[in-house]
Amino acid sequence: MNFLSNLISGLSLGSIYALIALGYTMVYGIAKMLNFAHGDIIMVGAFASIVFINNLGLPMILGVLLSIVVCVAVGVLVEKIAYKPLRSAPPLSVLITAIGVSYFLQSLAQLIFGTNQKAFPKFIQVAPVQIGELTIKGESIVTLAVTVAIMIALTLFINKTRMGKAMRAVSEDRQAAELMGISVNRTITITFAIGSALASVAGSFYGLTYSFIGPYTGSMPGIKAFVAAVFGGIGSIPGAMIGGILLGIIENMAKAYISTELSDAIVFGVLIIVLLFKPTGLLGKKINEKV
Amino acid sequence: MRNNMLKVDNINVYYGKIHAIKDVSFEVKEGEIVSLIGANGAGKSTTLKTISGLLRSKTGSIEFCGEDIGKTESYKLVSKGMAHVPEGRRIFLQMTVQENLEMGAYTSDGDIQKDLEDIYARFPRLAERKNQIAGTLSGGEQQMLAMGRAMMSHPKLLILDEPSMGLAPILVQRIFDLIKELHKSGTTILLVEQNAEMALSIADRAYVLESGRVVLTGTGKELAASDEIKKAYLGG
Ligand SMILES: Nc1ncnc2c1ncn2[C@@H]1O[C@H](COP(=O)(O)OP(=O)(O)O)[C@@H](O)[C@H]1O
Ligand SMILES: [Mg+2]
Repeated sequence: MNFLSNLISGLSLGSIYALIALGYTMVYGIAKMLNFAHGDIIMVGAFASIVFINNLGLPMILGVLLSIVVCVAVGVLVEKIAYKPLRSAPPLSVLITAIGVSYFLQSLAQLIFGTNQKAFPKFIQVAPVQIGELTIKGESIVTLAVTVAIMIALTLFINKTRMGKAMRAVSEDRQAAELMGISVNRTITITFAIGSALASVAGSFYGLTYSFIGPYTGSMPGIKAFVAAVFGGIGSIPGAMIGGILLGIIENMAKAYISTELSDAIVFGVLIIVLLFKPTGLLGKKINEKV
Repeated sequence: MRNNMLKVDNINVYYGKIHAIKDVSFEVKEGEIVSLIGANGAGKSTTLKTISGLLRSKTGSIEFCGEDIGKTESYKLVSKGMAHVPEGRRIFLQMTVQENLEMGAYTSDGDIQKDLEDIYARFPRLAERKNQIAGTLSGGEQQMLAMGRAMMSHPKLLILDEPSMGLAPILVQRIFDLIKELHKSGTTILLVEQNAEMALSIADRAYVLESGRVVLTGTGKELAASDEIKKAYLGG
């Protein structure tokens, strides 16, 4: 029973990682860049929620929903200002810029909110569910339900809609997509918007799980989600989902049965082993570099 | 006199320091088939990419249907009536046949279902494979798909970059038959080919590119009969 309850909290944590990993993997697939500032969008969203709820007194759910808007705006703005001018620059310059953006967002948050951790509002309160001897936290159930619903919606969007198909086309061959009349710039903007919205939702549930946030809150889940994306095969959407969920489960199991201190080391260890045997990740395709 | 559909005036294109296209000018009139021929590396693909906005010229101008498109973003040209089937087909290998065709109709505000049916009627092989991933098609089928994809936007000007490349002779014949059919139904065509004999046989006019310059021009017939061309491109 203990095992089952650990599995479920692992699933719930993993589904949060998966949402963040989706942003990494979509931006990588479509804009062909690693957006290392992606994790910090989580932090931006969490602070936005706090401002809306604590400072402006908005209802909690509304505050959390509005924080999505803020994240989308920040994500799209960062892309326009920092990344778009570098569209044909060498990948290393873009990577360094992304790291710069990450520090910028963290410092900005520190400047505005100080370095102290702030309590994150408990915007969802659901009674635990008791099944026989198994107790499941209400928050875990809500987190899982929402994240799974979002992942299903995203999968349908990518596979069935005109815009989703255009995103796949851009990800596969940017020039050919342009020749179809697809605006690559607009597609990249939409990708950043979606990624940031997902990060914001993930950030809210992350805040709910860990209760406190600070200027650096985004970096650890950001790195883990990046690991999850690589683990699943960067560029692959189902890969990011599976990678994120597995990572959450592994992390939780390692905490429960091996050692809390070592759990992160174990997570990264597993990644290294998987990559040794399958360098492109679980569902990764061969990366073909195009000029 | 027929109107110009495309007028390329004195373009110069560079890859970094490499001067790939030098003072090239030519035009394609409404309803024509115009062919650009030349050896590998002569600058044919570069010229086409510059027309469709994937590359930029440092000088001169490019006019399409009377409008200067020299600075127009590539993706906007499709809805203006230009379709470019690039060298190597460049279909979306991980998407299905039908999804590829849908991408061809990305800017279309017409009846996409009907257009799909038309394409499938023309290419029964594609109809049989419509839910198959495009990467699993044979080379000939991929070329048909690339052409069908371009036709989905009902272009006024169809730009084809070596459509017969790597295909068996019987398929080459089919591609050329298709080009003739499209031409008959009113599409203007700019055709790049290394298969100069075939290209000249269907072209109203042709231009010969050599090291990034236009060195010769004339009607398809004239060029096919010219000794220079025979020696350089027609193997005799
Ligand atoms: N991406 C590129 N970078 C640098 N040089 C290029 C590139 N593409 C083509 N070239 C050069 O430009 C010239 C023209 O190439 P291209 O237009 O592809 O010729 P063609 O289509 O007639 O075979 C060649 O010398 C080729 O080497
Ligand atoms: Mg070429």
